[in-house]
Amino acid sequence: MSRALRTEAGAIGIETLGMTMRFGEFTALDDVSITVPAGSFHALLGENGAGKSTLVKCIMGFYRATAGELLVAGQEARMTDPRVAQALGLGMVYQHFTLVPSLTAAENLVISRADAPAVIDWRRERARLAAFMETMPFKVPLEQPVSRLAAGEKQKLEILKQLYLGNRFLILDEPTSVLTPDEADEVLGHVRGLTEAGEITVLMITHKFREVTAFADAVSILRRGRHVGGGKVGEISVEEMSRAMMGKAPEVSKRARAGTERREVMRLRGVRAQDRTGLKSIEIEDVALNSGEILGIAGISGNGQMELMEVLTGQRRTMGGEITVKGAPFGATRAEARTHRMRYLPEEPLRNACAPRMSVAENLAFRIFDEGRNGKPAFWKNDRAIARNATTLIEGFKVKTASPAARIASLSGGNVQRAVLGRELTGEVDALIVSNPCFGLDFAAVSTIRDRLMAARNAGTAILLISEDLDEIMELSDRILVMSEGQIAFETPVETADIGEIGRHMAGHGE
Amino acid sequence: MSALDQMPAPGRPAMARALAGLMPRAEAVLIPAGALLAGFAIFSLFLGALGKSPAEFFGLVWKAGFSSAFSWQNTLSRVGPLALAALCVALPARLGLVVIGGEGAIVLGGLAAAVTGTVLAGLPGYPAMLLMAVAAMILGGLWIGAIGALRIRRGVNETIASLLMAYIAIALFNHFVEGPFRDPASLNKPSTAPLAETLRVGDMPFIATHWGVVAAALACLLCWVLIDRTTLGFAARIAGDNVRAAQVQGLPVARLVIGFTALGGAFAGLAGFYEVAAVHGSANASLIAGYGYTGILVAFLARHNPLAILPVAILLGGFEASSGLVQRRMDLPDATILVFEGIVFVIILLSEALYGRLRIFTPGYWEHR
Repeated sequence: MSRALRTEAGAIGIETLGMTMRFGEFTALDDVSITVPAGSFHALLGENGAGKSTLVKCIMGFYRATAGELLVAGQEARMTDPRVAQALGLGMVYQHFTLVPSLTAAENLVISRADAPAVIDWRRERARLAAFMETMPFKVPLEQPVSRLAAGEKQKLEILKQLYLGNRFLILDEPTSVLTPDEADEVLGHVRGLTEAGEITVLMITHKFREVTAFADAVSILRRGRHVGGGKVGEISVEEMSRAMMGKAPEVSKRARAGTERREVMRLRGVRAQDRTGLKSIEIEDVALNSGEILGIAGISGNGQMELMEVLTGQRRTMGGEITVKGAPFGATRAEARTHRMRYLPEEPLRNACAPRMSVAENLAFRIFDEGRNGKPAFWKNDRAIARNATTLIEGFKVKTASPAARIASLSGGNVQRAVLGRELTGEVDALIVSNPCFGLDFAAVSTIRDRLMAARNAGTAILLISEDLDEIMELSDRILVMSEGQIAFETPVETADIGEIGRHMAGHGE
Repeated sequence: MSALDQMPAPGRPAMARALAGLMPRAEAVLIPAGALLAGFAIFSLFLGALGKSPAEFFGLVWKAGFSSAFSWQNTLSRVGPLALAALCVALPARLGLVVIGGEGAIVLGGLAAAVTGTVLAGLPGYPAMLLMAVAAMILGGLWIGAIGALRIRRGVNETIASLLMAYIAIALFNHFVEGPFRDPASLNKPSTAPLAETLRVGDMPFIATHWGVVAAALACLLCWVLIDRTTLGFAARIAGDNVRAAQVQGLPVARLVIGFTALGGAFAGLAGFYEVAAVHGSANASLIAGYGYTGILVAFLARHNPLAILPVAILLGGFEASSGLVQRRMDLPDATILVFEGIVFVIILLSEALYGRLRIFTPGYWEHR
């Protein structure tokens, strides 16, 4: 075996042996052994919740693996602490940026050093940085505040930062999720170049096949915590990869669609609102949501989806246009939502849809606690009704909780999501506005939640699904809209949807 | 594993089930009680460092605050304003607002009561007293409600706003008491005109203390019912825990915030009414006694639970009542009690970090034993 453990230029290889991670009764990672030789570009492929993040967190020392070993450059390494990983030259680039936006690139690099002095001699540091940049195959403007850099440049800076820190094994966690396809190709091309030069070894988490085939040397595929396949890129086909990733049957076929009568439930006309930064605005020309359909809104994170959700839930003031529900103007008050049977499922439900310090039973009662006898809001709280409601929903939606009196924050993400979904889907629901319902959930939870959404659709509920997960949009939607730069850039029925075309519109390269 | 496996089995020992129900509630009592004891301990070290005996100190507190009918009278006379001022902190706190300017509402409430009393001198006692109380509550409610409105409509930090507005309130109070509403007969101590005897709130039968304690107890009970038993209180708790979730539910967050802050201010104003009508007989500088600030400590010790406010107010009322005796007997400055209160307050704030962290207070810990 001639596997290189260390290249001359400094890249180091790693190997996991039987890595296993259990959280209570849940096995997130089950006996995973992968080998990443020095100087290689290795892709780690898997669905959300397949265990990719758990594996890299074990490698980086954020988690202590329940069982298994890790070899770094051929030596057994005990990752007791993230600092150990850093000392061994292991670095991680996260999906979202970890740079300080108000500081310049140079300042970001210098302060990221663990040994940055209390008083910084900037002239000397600049000279050292300039010398360092000379050795790099790509450049980033060093003297501009990071907030002024484009996403692709920020991601390049994150990678430069790891090299500057002396890390020679880089884990990239979905590094292109916030980039346009062109930016992604450029960044990954540079990364590829660095691995070919033997400077670094890369383990990249992704779920994009295109990036795997175009840039990686080899791939390992995880599904439900197990290592289910892999091999050299070129020797394994995309079909084989997707079959290993998805399991036997593709999920789509399981969820039957039933046709129901379509009536317009909600309509947005010329709705304008400021975005989070206050610098840009979102503008929705004309969108209609019909009963018995799932209308998917795709888009790269940060293109106005969050603001659209806030407008629909009444958290963000509009600057014009109108939202109507069944022909009547809609301002998202509780009374209006109740009359029109509108429900919401915001992303990260614990942060956006729950009171974390209140109990599971109380959180489940948010929709019903003030329902009076004859449609009028009740004044006295009915504890018995709240308890009854909790029992029904906990059973009906299989929410695993120690007790209805436990704080909802003590539940796992999947259980919080099921609880909130249960709350929002009880009774008759005419419209459900959903945002990224499966973020960070394990496979089983994702599956039940998608089943529930499809069941609601088949029962005639109009569902607006805002999601950054294109696979989810493709799987569930009847119609797909693409949101880019705060506007609806493209619309297509799912039957004739072309991923490539959608991707181009997501990146703002529609025409 | 099915959902049923997670349910407490019917055959489980009754003890475990009882504890599972009890311990989550006990958390709210045991943590502040532990923090209070830790405060006692640290304060004892402080006394020891001064060469004084902690035992003597706590003995004197007992003697001056709780040992005799006289000391109870002294303590109870402070309970009313303390508890009402604490409600002015606790009610906004349930919505996530830290309002620390109850003092302002107390002095303005007292001023409103005194002025109304002077104007209504001709009216018979009870209706006039009712109007005085209402005037005090309205002014206090407007004052603190404005802080809630500034927060929700303009994003002004309510803690700073309430503190600064308390200073403004005191300045206004001084201006009116020393200027337009000054009783020319009050020479050394500028005051409003003394209230007619018929407008004075008298003492309760058997206990030589005024009706303010009863009013405070009723106010605490009312607030508890409001928060714990009504849908309004439930909505307020949602908004206080996670305002985003409350907005998504379409709850009227702005109205809840303004309503709860105004109600808190109204109770602080009522404290001002009792101080004027039952204790001082007119509005003067004695009204600025710091009840609004000690009330903050009462509310935090009580975990903003209205029912807990009353016993905590009695405890701290006793401590405050003892400050004179401590000063005379132990040769300690009267600010000693403030040092004690400060220590307890810091520890109470630190103990906030413990909630939800201790496994023995979770129901699951007991159900799955």
